[in-house]
Amino acid sequence: MTDYLNDVDALAAQVPDGAMLALPPEYSFVPMALVRAIIRRGVRDLHILTVPINGLAADMLIGAGCVKTVECAAVSLGEAGPAPRFSAAVESGTVRVIDSTCPAIHTALQATEKGVPFMPLGGIIGSDILKHRDDWKVVDDPMGQGGGRILLIPAISPDIAIIHSPLADRDGNVWIGRRRELATIAHAAKTLLVTVEKIQDESLLASEATAAGTLPGFYVTALAPAEMGAKPLGLVEHYAPDTDELATYAREARTEEGFNAYLQRTVFGTQEAAE
Amino acid sequence: MTYSRDEFLITTIARLLETDDVRHVAVGAASPIPGAAALLARKVRGGSPRVSLIHGKATNPFCDGGREIFDAAGQGRIDVFFLGGVQIDGEANLNLVGTGDYPQVDKRFSGSFGSAFMYFTVPKVILFRPEHSRRVFVPKVDFISAPGVSDPDVYRPGGPKYLVTELCVMAFDKDRRRFRLESVTPGRTVEEVLDNTGFEIDVPEGVGETKAPEEERLALLRSTVGVEVADTYPGFARDVLGVEVAA
Repeated sequence: MTDYLNDVDALAAQVPDGAMLALPPEYSFVPMALVRAIIRRGVRDLHILTVPINGLAADMLIGAGCVKTVECAAVSLGEAGPAPRFSAAVESGTVRVIDSTCPAIHTALQATEKGVPFMPLGGIIGSDILKHRDDWKVVDDPMGQGGGRILLIPAISPDIAIIHSPLADRDGNVWIGRRRELATIAHAAKTLLVTVEKIQDESLLASEATAAGTLPGFYVTALAPAEMGAKPLGLVEHYAPDTDELATYAREARTEEGFNAYLQRTVFGTQEAAE
Repeated sequence: MTYSRDEFLITTIARLLETDDVRHVAVGAASPIPGAAALLARKVRGGSPRVSLIHGKATNPFCDGGREIFDAAGQGRIDVFFLGGVQIDGEANLNLVGTGDYPQVDKRFSGSFGSAFMYFTVPKVILFRPEHSRRVFVPKVDFISAPGVSDPDVYRPGGPKYLVTELCVMAFDKDRRRFRLESVTPGRTVEEVLDNTGFEIDVPEGVGETKAPEEERLALLRSTVGVEVADTYPGFARDVLGVEVAA
């Protein structure tokens, strides 16, 4: 059964040091309030997996010293610019980066979804990404159908995945709409922690229209309410990204001092306490 | 009619999309110039190609998660995609990762995104990098996010076809593994292109100018097409095309 917890701090308590933590992409229901709670808890040595890219959440976790390894196709603040703490950490060697490419991350999670140890993926051969991936393997088409060389990607099963959602019901069902990458993340993760804007009494499975966009409760380990839980990122049809706040972050996080001041204000300080 | 640099780039790219082999153009994140070019080409051609803007709402057809665009490309359902690079070299290798020795590079950029797959699978990849300098166009990239060409035993229906910069349009010749200058931006010169390119290119005799934006296309961009652009890129439509749409 899905655990219904009181708040994001209770969810964050379930993230141990050293866990592999999967993060959804910037445009897709990122649980920023939970990310702030994980930072407040002082979690260390995380292995972050961006599915397949991420921005603000990864950059803040890295800057706050929670991260040992980042496995990513990209870390970027999108229109707000580069991810400053990510770049600084890679340049100084304080965080190990495992470069990947978007479909390789999707494929690794799909292998876990299917319960198989690896999956093949086209392209990529000749990229320096492959040169630095001891865990990936190139083979000759084993079916002998003239497919040439092909890449095998091992399955990835994140210890913990975290997502936000506009709506859940009382049975642990969570609405994700067309953001199906959240389903892939959920299917592949050992533990799924979810924050939601709202919890309704009626089952999301009661209507075919909502059921089609629903992640069933048997994937959901624990759930807690978090109003405006994706802010300052957006939640489609609920609130737009706060572009001023994202620009402020991009500017202040360029230096370690600026980042620490931002963290004090938005994660440890008055702004969060007032929410 | 006067026009801006961005309007010139939009009409230049749009012309590369107006051929019968282009049925479906997909545009990645934060790419308003290629996005506007695709929407302009669709208007000029009367509804084709299909245009998928992955960060749009109604303009984004993908409903099966982040993997769908890659799966569609892998099947050959996407004919054109756009890629760029922090560095691009003469064999069309792309670097989106960083400069200096990997992994602890001197300057780290975002990462390779989906380039290492889309470059292999989409038949007509257009490289778009407005800044034309020796900083970008280097003899050899420091990190190959995606290679320009592949060995014959690697299945590769896709690859680079054109490179569009603020100075010129180049075509890529896969067999010769070289770029060829196609046309030069009005007011710029072949010498300027060569001076700012860190690798050798083929320069055919009598290379002409890239066409200036046609008046009717500029008019479309600043009206009906501009409104479509604003749906996904409101800031760009307002600042570059002068099209403001009420939120």
